[in-house]
Amino acid sequence: MKKLQEVIVVGGGLAGLACAMRLAENGLRVKVVSVTKVKRSHSVCAQGGINAAMNMKGENDSPLIHAYDTIKAGDFLANQPPILEMCLAAPKIIHMLDRFGCPFNRTPTGHLDVRRFGGTLYHRTVFCGASTGQQLLYTLDEQVRRHETKGLVEKFENHEFLRLVRDAEGRARGIVVMNLFNLKLEVLKADAVVFATGGPGLIFKMSTNSTFCTGAANARLYMQGMHYANGEFIQIHPSSIPGHDKLRLISESVRGEGGRIWVYGDSSKQIETPKGEMIPCGTTGEPWYFLEEMYPGYGNLVSRDVGAREVLRVCEMGLGIDGKMQVHLDVTELSEEKQHKLEAVLDIYQKFTGDDPRKVPMKIFPAVHYSMGGAWVDWPAADDLDRQSRFRQMSNIAGCFNCGESDYQYHGANRLGANSLLSCIYSGLVAGDEVPRYLATVESCYEDLPESMYKEAVEIEELFKKDLLSRTGCENVHVLHEELAALMVSHVTVRRSNVDLLRTLNQIKEIRERYQNIQLDDTGVFANQTYQFAHQFVSMLELALVMTKGALLRDEFRGAHYKPEFPERDDAHFLKTTIAKYAREEPEIFYEPVDTRHLEPILRDYTVAKKVKPSLKNIPEHIQLPL
Amino acid sequence: MKKETYILKIYRGNPGHQYWEEFELPLRPGENVISGLMEIQKNPMNRKGEKVTPVAWEQGCLEEVCGSCSMLINGFPRQSCTALIANYIRDTGKNTITLAPFTKFPLIRDLMVDRSRMFENLKKVHGWIDTEGSKEEGPGPLISQDKQEVMYTLSTCMTCGCCSEGCPQVNKRSKFIGPAPISQARLFNAHPTGKMQKSSRLRPLMQEGGISDCGNAQNCVEVCPKNIPLTDSIAVIGRDVTLQALRDVFSFPDREQ
Repeated sequence: MKKLQEVIVVGGGLAGLACAMRLAENGLRVKVVSVTKVKRSHSVCAQGGINAAMNMKGENDSPLIHAYDTIKAGDFLANQPPILEMCLAAPKIIHMLDRFGCPFNRTPTGHLDVRRFGGTLYHRTVFCGASTGQQLLYTLDEQVRRHETKGLVEKFENHEFLRLVRDAEGRARGIVVMNLFNLKLEVLKADAVVFATGGPGLIFKMSTNSTFCTGAANARLYMQGMHYANGEFIQIHPSSIPGHDKLRLISESVRGEGGRIWVYGDSSKQIETPKGEMIPCGTTGEPWYFLEEMYPGYGNLVSRDVGAREVLRVCEMGLGIDGKMQVHLDVTELSEEKQHKLEAVLDIYQKFTGDDPRKVPMKIFPAVHYSMGGAWVDWPAADDLDRQSRFRQMSNIAGCFNCGESDYQYHGANRLGANSLLSCIYSGLVAGDEVPRYLATVESCYEDLPESMYKEAVEIEELFKKDLLSRTGCENVHVLHEELAALMVSHVTVRRSNVDLLRTLNQIKEIRERYQNIQLDDTGVFANQTYQFAHQFVSMLELALVMTKGALLRDEFRGAHYKPEFPERDDAHFLKTTIAKYAREEPEIFYEPVDTRHLEPILRDYTVAKKVKPSLKNIPEHIQLPL
Repeated sequence: MKKETYILKIYRGNPGHQYWEEFELPLRPGENVISGLMEIQKNPMNRKGEKVTPVAWEQGCLEEVCGSCSMLINGFPRQSCTALIANYIRDTGKNTITLAPFTKFPLIRDLMVDRSRMFENLKKVHGWIDTEGSKEEGPGPLISQDKQEVMYTLSTCMTCGCCSEGCPQVNKRSKFIGPAPISQARLFNAHPTGKMQKSSRLRPLMQEGGISDCGNAQNCVEVCPKNIPLTDSIAVIGRDVTLQALRDVFSFPDREQ
């Protein structure tokens, strides 16, 4: 009997677990590696919901309109075929989760309930209270546990990926991991490796991300030759609660259920609307609902990049609440029933601020939230002639796949709210089907390869560990992290300028120099978290360079990338994917055209609410969805 | 003006060698236990002015949905991310707060323990719904709003371990599985599809370490950060286990509900 083929999945969030489940269903043996118990992965933080156009409210919604909204929200930077297929698969993904027992909110007749979210005019967001991500993750965690008890899945939790092992032809053949309890290094062998390692929020130190989200796994792969795409596109979420340890997300669903954003008006001040008119900033002393006034169509539910920029603009005019950089998000007038649907998120606000948001308006400010960019992965479309010879979700390194937030594929220049959970599960399932296709083309098995290949990889890591633990300089890695984060937050978030970006690029390199001169406060070999972070920080710096240089070279305004000196989207020069390739000094950047075969770029406008019936072109006749 | 400070008194060390160490930290608005630990990490200097190793702890989402950062704070099991320093100072009148690792799980280091057992217990109670997997077609069963409400509440359990830590019946001499997995059995048994494997969740709970080891101290429901009605779950499952035991003796499959 042929031995079961083995695959490693690094990351146990929604994408990783969806992939692991699918691989097990396809009869493969899976090793899941995670820095934490998979059930604690960052997916738990997603609050609002997951999009699927199932037309539950008789609005004539359809997956094609969902695809249109997604493409438009992404400001046409995303390749369109993967978005089309994701949106077509979305209703089936919801059904799958529903069959698995995910406790979605219900209508009085027992059907799935839906709410509205940003960037769309349709009710298509399915949800579980205000902790949807947690519930979806648990649902997949349960199914993976089922496969675990059958012996198809083996977990390596509290283990961190450090290095990819590549064979003589450059194909992925395994990884080096570190046991986070005792720092011991170990090799895991396989014939394909899938990475689903989430976003890089910790590069900005303060973000809505969990502390696991360092981006180090992708950054390490990048340093080993994996291409990283659209790194400059970082989503800033309009609403979070400021804190010393993190910026806690206040879900967009709060506005989806009717929450309103306001500041006190000041009629002596004037603001320019998106249409170019100058209007007074409300009435002095009265609440001024600035998003509703400037974007009458979408109101408080404008796309996230637009919302974050307007909040910042209003605060910079001195209109922030209590004179600070904060605005009100108000749910005090919502019905009890609606407040109840938002309970989880309102409770978070109350726990951390002491104020009851049911009685007093919340105070919120934008925060780094999501990386649209990530590993470059391939996507042969359904009717491409070479569909069968290429592999979806595979990076430029053969046998090294990538999915979830850590790939770049589904969101373009800005992500539509409630599309992240969808893209994670969808891309995970796709990877779970593409890996066996890839394995069928690989003739040798890792067992036939020389052991020296694995030994060398471990040796490189052993040497680095020895080096790091024995450094005796004067720099503190946590202080360097704060310095990096300050640069990134100031210059590589909501508003960018070439002068600042160029300076930031050089300053990151200086931090990289100073890093050589660090000393760790802990040199032990037992659960040494300082060492763990110092190891991550090396590669995080490289990823920071990718984000900064990508932003520097992109002289236009598109989605989350806003550069006032170039205030227009420039399709003639920049309708292209940024791709970064590692080089010792700084990343080499090159570009690839965007696949816009279904929808010609149009102006992205949220000032008017007009339900369009989009006609997407060139839709393949035979699309084979994973579900 | 002297800056206001507070003290974290931490029970730290390795297995077999634990000791108290105090750190004095600046009190900032909104400060929580995690932001205090992060300050120590940046500059690990104890109150005596000695340079020491940073304190190890587990953390994740920092918004009380992942279950990572459980520890004993002033002796009470809870998540440290939502533990606001100002509230402790206000409620106790003291500016010293003690932190200690959980005692019912193997110690790794400082405030870190190994809670793997909690996840192994989910396997014991068949903590999932048996399905044909992702390739099957069609929606799930209809579920009433009332039932969804109960399922959602039970399903917010983040396997943080507070209930086991608080439970006097969970100790070195007992095999008690603890409240969380019992409540999970209730969750899956409530689901129309999950109900079909009801017996495979109830039978393990008839064994040693199962439902009958609960001593009804009711600490679990006191300490649960998610306010999950754990004692209700134990009562519900206790009843179902008894019925299952009777059914196992007297019943026939076609007579099952």
